[in-house]
Amino acid sequence: MIKFEDITKKFGSTLALDEISLQIEKGEFIFLVGPSGAGKSTILRILTHELIPTSGKVFVENIDITKLKSADIPNHRRKIGFIFQDFKLLDDRTVFEQVALTLEVLRKTNEEIKKEVEHILKLVDIWEKRNLFPRQLSGGEGQRTAIARAIVGKPDLLLADEPTGDLDPQTAWGVIQLLNEINSWGTTIIMATHNQEIVNTLKRRVIYLKDGKITKDLKEGKYELH
Amino acid sequence: MNFTRYLEYTKRNIRRSPFQAMTASMVMFLTFLCLTLFLVLAVGSQMILRFYESKPQVIAFFKDGTTAQDIQTIQKALSAESKVSQTKYISKEEALKIYKERNKNDPALLELVTANILPASLEISTQAPEDLKEVAEILKREPVIEEVIVPEDVVATLTAATRIIRIIGSSVVLFMMSFATLVILMVVGFKIRLRRDEISIMRLIGASSSFIRTPFLMEGVFYGLVGACLSWIIVYLLLWYFTPFLQGYLGEVKLLPANPLFMLALLGLELVIAFIVGGLGSLGAVRRYLHI
Repeated sequence: MIKFEDITKKFGSTLALDEISLQIEKGEFIFLVGPSGAGKSTILRILTHELIPTSGKVFVENIDITKLKSADIPNHRRKIGFIFQDFKLLDDRTVFEQVALTLEVLRKTNEEIKKEVEHILKLVDIWEKRNLFPRQLSGGEGQRTAIARAIVGKPDLLLADEPTGDLDPQTAWGVIQLLNEINSWGTTIIMATHNQEIVNTLKRRVIYLKDGKITKDLKEGKYELH
Repeated sequence: MNFTRYLEYTKRNIRRSPFQAMTASMVMFLTFLCLTLFLVLAVGSQMILRFYESKPQVIAFFKDGTTAQDIQTIQKALSAESKVSQTKYISKEEALKIYKERNKNDPALLELVTANILPASLEISTQAPEDLKEVAEILKREPVIEEVIVPEDVVATLTAATRIIRIIGSSVVLFMMSFATLVILMVVGFKIRLRRDEISIMRLIGASSSFIRTPFLMEGVFYGLVGACLSWIIVYLLLWYFTPFLQGYLGEVKLLPANPLFMLALLGLELVIAFIVGGLGSLGAVRRYLHI
């Protein structure tokens, strides 16, 4: 499904990724681990086409996304859901409106939006909070809203950049269980994390990054510090 | 994305920052108030000028004893002139009738006045006010003509006034248009900056450029249209209210009440200009601040 071929990314003289190659199959749940600045977020941002590699190719479903034309980028992004550490919810939109935004972008009708948003908010167990604004939500509720927004468009790929970073352990586990469930539907998930406990408990594929290089790629890995 | 959703987004953008929306609309209102007043003034002065141009501008008074043949010869000669648009003969009897009509409220002036005292005359209209003098010179050479009156000063003053109105009005309107365009650019640009988080999220979830840009473009156009409509309504009401007062000054020139068709055409023109000004301002903002 996803293939990185000798990807290098430089920010000026700083090397963020150094000729990494990587293949990810459909339906995988992958943890990207490593110290800050190792290149985890860069990989995710290349996949969303926010960043273009300095060299190398990235294939998503056999399309080299490094060569996408501007007009094709929105279509590419509609196949991807993105979850952020700080949720990135919009202050002046209710929970319902945050999730509806994704479907509005997908040009769904108001009736479809109403139906699908209700379904997804019930699924992530936040339907009761649908009329609340982000400032009225707890951390876990905020992240659930962000997850609902990311998955309501039924993306093939879900990217999560430290989604549990701002959450207490119990809430973090709730989020991870939700992601695990989403993965069980066949959605590929790539999650950048520092959370050792989650990685060790889930026993999924773990890719270790350090100084822009992949140092380990383990099928049922553990979070190893060295 | 259908038009209704673009409208919803535009409405939401406007509702969320009402003070900026009011500022932009008021600036557009002022701009279009200037434009409407200038257009009404320009068209009004042009019509007044046309009225005077179409009136017999050169009046030639005949000496007593001028024969009908002499008058016909002069009339024929004038009709052959391309600069002359119309000639009209006023006999002594007709002159008396006009005199009586104009002075009907002043009986003292009507006493002792008979047709014999008043001279017969020829009223000549020209194609352009500049031709009046030349026609007057031709008439002065005729031996049967006693006197030639050219109200060229009135026309010259009106022509100069119309020209000044056009120049000053155009300059003011041009300045105001540029100012309004820049204000729209600033307001929409500010809103784009204010909503950059939302825009970045929209980009990430796959919103197309048109999805993000169109509501901002429509917002600029909206301010323009609001300003244009408001100013048109205000000017129409002012014209309607002051019609009796203004018409007293205008005298014979029947300009008021304003022709509804003219006012509708004016509204149409202003809406087109509003669309362009608002659209240009917001387009500038989108190009300058919205990098998608």
